[in-house]
Amino acid sequence: MSTVSKDDNLALSSEDSSCPEESELELGLGLSLSSGSSSKSHHHHHARIYTAKDFPSSAAAAAAAASSPSSSSSSPNNITAGTKRAAADSLVANNRPSQVVGWPPLRTYRVNSFNSHAKSTEVFNSVAEKSKTDNTVARKTNDNGNDNNINAKEKRHLRSSLFVKVNMDGIPIGRKVDLSAHSSYETLAQTLEDMFNESTTVTTCKGSNGEDYGFIIGGERHSKLLDGSSKFVLTYEDKEGDWMLVGDVPWGMFFSSVRRLRIMRTSEANGLAPRLEENIKKRCKPI
Amino acid sequence: MMECRRKKENQNPNSTFPDEVLERISGMLKSRKDKSTVSLVCKEWYNAERWSRRSVFIGNCYSVSPEILTRRFPNIRSVTLKGKPRFSDFNLVPANWGADIHSWLVVFAGKYPWLEELRLKRMTVTDESLEFLALQFPNFKALSLLSCDGFSTDGLASIATNCKNLTELDIQENGIEDKSGNWLGCFPDSFTSLEVLNFANLHNDVNFDALEKLVCRCKSLKTLKVNKSVTLEQLQRLLVHVPQLGELGTGSFSQELTAQQCSDLESAFKNCRNLHTLSGLWVATAQYLPVLYSACTNLTFLNFSYAPLDSDGLAKLLVHCPKLQRIWVVDTVEDKGLEAVGSHCPLLEELRVFPADPFDEGIVHGVTESGFIAVSQGCPRLHYVLYFCRQMTNAAVATVVQNCPDFTHFRLCIMHPGQPDYLTQESMDEAFGAVVKTCTKLQRLAVSGYLTDLTFEYIGKYAKNLETLSVAFAGSSDWGMRCVLDGCPKLRKLEVRDCPFGNGALLSGLGKYESMRSLWMSDCNLTMNGVRLLAKEMPRLNVEVIKEETYETHQAKKVYVYRSVAGPRRDAPPFVLTL
Repeated sequence: MSTVSKDDNLALSSEDSSCPEESELELGLGLSLSSGSSSKSHHHHHARIYTAKDFPSSAAAAAAAASSPSSSSSSPNNITAGTKRAAADSLVANNRPSQVVGWPPLRTYRVNSFNSHAKSTEVFNSVAEKSKTDNTVARKTNDNGNDNNINAKEKRHLRSSLFVKVNMDGIPIGRKVDLSAHSSYETLAQTLEDMFNESTTVTTCKGSNGEDYGFIIGGERHSKLLDGSSKFVLTYEDKEGDWMLVGDVPWGMFFSSVRRLRIMRTSEANGLAPRLEENIKKRCKPI
Repeated sequence: MMECRRKKENQNPNSTFPDEVLERISGMLKSRKDKSTVSLVCKEWYNAERWSRRSVFIGNCYSVSPEILTRRFPNIRSVTLKGKPRFSDFNLVPANWGADIHSWLVVFAGKYPWLEELRLKRMTVTDESLEFLALQFPNFKALSLLSCDGFSTDGLASIATNCKNLTELDIQENGIEDKSGNWLGCFPDSFTSLEVLNFANLHNDVNFDALEKLVCRCKSLKTLKVNKSVTLEQLQRLLVHVPQLGELGTGSFSQELTAQQCSDLESAFKNCRNLHTLSGLWVATAQYLPVLYSACTNLTFLNFSYAPLDSDGLAKLLVHCPKLQRIWVVDTVEDKGLEAVGSHCPLLEELRVFPADPFDEGIVHGVTESGFIAVSQGCPRLHYVLYFCRQMTNAAVATVVQNCPDFTHFRLCIMHPGQPDYLTQESMDEAFGAVVKTCTKLQRLAVSGYLTDLTFEYIGKYAKNLETLSVAFAGSSDWGMRCVLDGCPKLRKLEVRDCPFGNGALLSGLGKYESMRSLWMSDCNLTMNGVRLLAKEMPRLNVEVIKEETYETHQAKKVYVYRSVAGPRRDAPPFVLTL
């Protein structure tokens, strides 16, 4: 119980501070940490590709402003964004959306609203309150916007976060989840269910029944995404580009190869149907 | 008091009208500007306006003190008050900056015991203040809190428990601590006067039984906006009781429904014949939108800014909304959805498009210049736009304002700072040049993208009605800001962030700032010495620097300048330096 709450709390705070660009970079870091030199090479390559996407417009702008030298000099800093100085330079030189406090100009309420979890049980309310408390403390200790960004980066770096994108069929807004905050499929699936609103993943429960069900089971609730009773199934794309069912391989292997996640309608998972059926059979045996 | 004053006035031999007549005439004026103008004519008119004034708007809570207010206007029933700089919405103003309502309430309790309405924006409101408000003003009727912070649902419970005459409770986009949904159960069983109830932005499950009972007994309810914890089934139960609603905010719009439940919901919506404003649809799916169609006939305002609809869902809905004048959407509708807006909404006056994922540069959907042009082609009356996008061109903006020359509010946010015209790679100067040249009625402008000083030359030269300008990551030198300050005679608010404007630009506006409400400059090239010089030259301005750095620096990172008849703040926290 406390373990589950703790994990959820980590997930909440991680996602609150989620930074897409950092996610991409640290995805590479994760890969390199998990295996040998080939992955390091991959990471380097990945970073370059990512950076190149952003250079055309900023380079052109810099050229138009006749300040191309500074643009060139900022390039190395962007790649090696590990130190405070590099981060500060990056803020000045690149003004990336994800690195600028208060940009784009959207109310905090709105930004949080689209990333918030739809909670339906009191158990998670207490977790949410803890998360709010943590956020408040963190906010108070920040000196200014720049420090805020720097501190956030340091925290993420220390934690070796592994953010991956998650999409759910029928819901146009994607999310991100920090896999390093989990150590098993169960907590991950639980988080994803909360993230995408439980009521869209249950097959038969009505709203009020769902609430009762959740309240009764509490933190020990078993994820429907994994046991096949949901009309959705959790899949992922591995680093070779193949879509796989989550749960087929040991967590560590999944963790080191996952590229992104998708909560797919069962009816659309025809290509993966054999594995799905096998999955169901396997789970029936213990029962 | 009034009788005594009248006796004195009657002794004035120059009076040509009885005071009662002047006050009655003055009381009929609706416009704040008209009231202010009338009060400048002569002493008799000043006094007539002073005594007949029932409502007051204060655009900056530090520009005047509660004592000054209550001396000037003795009979106020309604107060509208704004607090923090607008950039507090975007986390650029530190916590505990100020704008606390409590000191105002304490004075009002003594001077305005019959206060009925309080509308607050960007103020700090504590539970203690809400309890004080609920207990000290027996006639209190209407509370509106927008972008405020500091309170929790405990404060709402105090309001619900103690305000016997409450007609309006409107809670929007606040930093509220949502402890539980039980505050709805605090309304007394005898309470029946509610007309407006909006708690759409709370997160916790509500006490639905309490909500249903409340809705049942409040026969005058005309606005109801519930939060996302209210299911479609629950919404149907509510609608059965209040078919007379004019404004509805739904909860979530995605639960599983049986065929019977779906039919019941559709029937409930069919009975809502007076609906003119619709919002909510949190986590909406297109599957259930058809239940709304029959209720859309008279809709003038669709607020889907938290409803991630796709283009197809929006298009099918708009066919049923012939009278739509305002629409707010999320960019998940994409250009195709905006084409539907252009095709089906000929009466449209206001468009706002918000980003669903503002920080993800990898997203390839969203809206572009194509959607913007499509709306402008189909909606000639468009005069208010707020448009978040990832790419834009000069040619597109020129086309838009050519199609819709009556813009009063033009707010364009290209979300990547400093991004040029994505086709030509030129600056976006000509886009905003076209806006200010063509839209002669322009009052509010927000610029973005890669901009040089040329944009500001255009603004200074052509934007003669401009009142509010927001600038970010733009300009080349002090010249840009000088052009704006010199060229815009009606400028009242200037908001600047991350621009290369320095002390020279700041000091070029010495003759301007007293006629403006406020100036905000953050992360520009200002120094403490430059700002001190401004403060020294203009003693009636409050010149404040927000000092968050722990190290000593000559730079002034965040500067807030505003006129005030109340003098320096008495409640400034340590990080606000008043120069």
